[in-house]
Amino acid sequence: MTTLVADPAEAAPAPRAAGRGRLVLTRLLAARGAVAGAVLVLLLFVLAFGGPYLTPWDYATPDFTALHQPPSAQHWFGTNGIGQDVFAQVVRGLQKSLVIGLLVALFSTVLASLVGACAGYFGGWADRALMFVVDLLLVFPSFLIITIVSPRLKSTGWIAFVLLLAVFNWMITARVVRSMTISLREREFVRAARFMGVRPLRIISRHILPNVASFLIIDATIAVGGAVMSETALSYFGFGVKPPDVSLGTLLAAGTSEAPVFPWLFYFPAGLLVLFVLAVNLIGDGLRDALDPTAGGGRPRRNSRRKKP
Amino acid sequence: MLRYLAKRLSYYAVLLIAAVFLAYAISATALQPRTYFEAKVPRPAAESVERQLTDLNLNDHTPVAVRFGHWAGGLLHGDLGRTIHDTPVTDDFGRRVWVSLRLLLIGSLLGMVLGVAAGAWSAVRQYRISDRLLTLLSFVLLSTPVFLVALFLKNGAIAAKDAAGHEVVPFTGYETPGLTGGLGAHLSDWALHLLLPTMSLALHGLATYSRYQRGIMLDVLGSDYLRTAEAKGLTRGRALLKHGLRTAVIPMSTMFAYSFLGIFTGAVFTETIFGWHGMGEWLIQSINEQDVNSVVAVNLFTAVVVLVSGFLADTLHAALDPRVRS
Repeated sequence: MTTLVADPAEAAPAPRAAGRGRLVLTRLLAARGAVAGAVLVLLLFVLAFGGPYLTPWDYATPDFTALHQPPSAQHWFGTNGIGQDVFAQVVRGLQKSLVIGLLVALFSTVLASLVGACAGYFGGWADRALMFVVDLLLVFPSFLIITIVSPRLKSTGWIAFVLLLAVFNWMITARVVRSMTISLREREFVRAARFMGVRPLRIISRHILPNVASFLIIDATIAVGGAVMSETALSYFGFGVKPPDVSLGTLLAAGTSEAPVFPWLFYFPAGLLVLFVLAVNLIGDGLRDALDPTAGGGRPRRNSRRKKP
Repeated sequence: MLRYLAKRLSYYAVLLIAAVFLAYAISATALQPRTYFEAKVPRPAAESVERQLTDLNLNDHTPVAVRFGHWAGGLLHGDLGRTIHDTPVTDDFGRRVWVSLRLLLIGSLLGMVLGVAAGAWSAVRQYRISDRLLTLLSFVLLSTPVFLVALFLKNGAIAAKDAAGHEVVPFTGYETPGLTGGLGAHLSDWALHLLLPTMSLALHGLATYSRYQRGIMLDVLGSDYLRTAEAKGLTRGRALLKHGLRTAVIPMSTMFAYSFLGIFTGAVFTETIFGWHGMGEWLIQSINEQDVNSVVAVNLFTAVVVLVSGFLADTLHAALDPRVRS
């Protein structure tokens, strides 16, 4: 034990095996990047959901006395060409982008874990059929399909857009879950459950999925960032969230052409977008180190390098 | 090795056929060329709309399977059908494919090579300043969507133009129209126009690949066989290059194949932003015009390129890893 802990003083209060949750938390708090990311995400959430109460302006109502005004005490992030308050718009757009990102990550992770676990656990033709679908969707340019189908979904609004993004976002995760399941399937506790007559779906939910949970948590975190990026990109080109609804993508689309002259229209949404995805990625990276000590960048290698004269 | 490659090739052929059929079915049902003709001014007669749709193989009263059969029959003779403006799709295809491939090939190769090199270098210098800087840079780049990188670069070029009073780096199109001069002038003009769009694609590849390569390389650096190689008298540099990098590149070859779609998606944005008349811009334009045959042609292009790059990755994998061949 003492050889494993870098600082003996640290180990003193908890000499015997601390719970895994506590271990993960300690490691996570030690990673400064992850802590900074978590604080940033929290702040952005507060901004997105508390922001509308901070400003008297509404995201849609124009103020005709202030057109194209730079940031000021009245309009914190300035106003656009028809006098709408950019702060109110950005906050509203951030809110929509965050909700879309979270929902897409949730749906796609659930789908990926179910498909991957079933393919890996059942094997045989079920595996082959599911993996063919995975390969097909990977070959198939999902972006093209979203752009083709999205004009038809105008009436159903952004929830359909969320589902569409999720449907094309789960394949690689499913592949990893599948290969993890294949090796878990032969482990003693899974075999014991099988021989005791536990039904397959129950084995998957009680024994397989909890054992791939740490991978799924990391993957879902990173998927939030990816989903927000896809959402903004598609909305930028008019294939995602559509006006009068506001997301960071539609704001960027509106601000691009005016960026050289009225930079606040472009750089505020752009900055918040990068900041949010960056924060999410930092959390994901910290989680990876905390949940999976064997992943790249671990401590032992640093020591082995040091041993070299 | 040949048997393995043949097996992969036949699997890809089946995937290609399935993917193209699916693309055709979705495009043919989701897009509505009928509305395009009916919206014409003056409004054409019903029979005329019907006849035009049938002539173009776009009539939604014909079952999708029949239309697909007709289209696939043409494809066997190298005919991709006709656009909604009644011109051959192959004309547009031939013109645009080189524009896009130039961007895609240079952008993705540059991203790949630089990413692998930067990742490996950064792993060897783990926790030094250069490693930390590269990590920070790649995190920021990974958190910026490609279209935003492209927009930042374009805004930068516009700002530079305003500051200098003349265009410093070109940011629209892929060549200067009506340029005179010899081959050298044309080549440098092309290269200058390529600079910003390629950068926006390559930067993203650089960030992604360097992260993965760094992680894999770190695992390799701690391995016993590398120490053995050094113990047997190889210099550290040679051991890293011959035994370290070779092993570390293997898992990356699969990534290269799957990343192509992401690169193409990025290229759709960069092409539109920088005014390149390539496949990506064509896609957006033809979706807005309900031009089914052109949309399917772009789909066919991406499916073929993805599978070709998948096959190349398999070949690379088999060449580097002797276990795969058996």
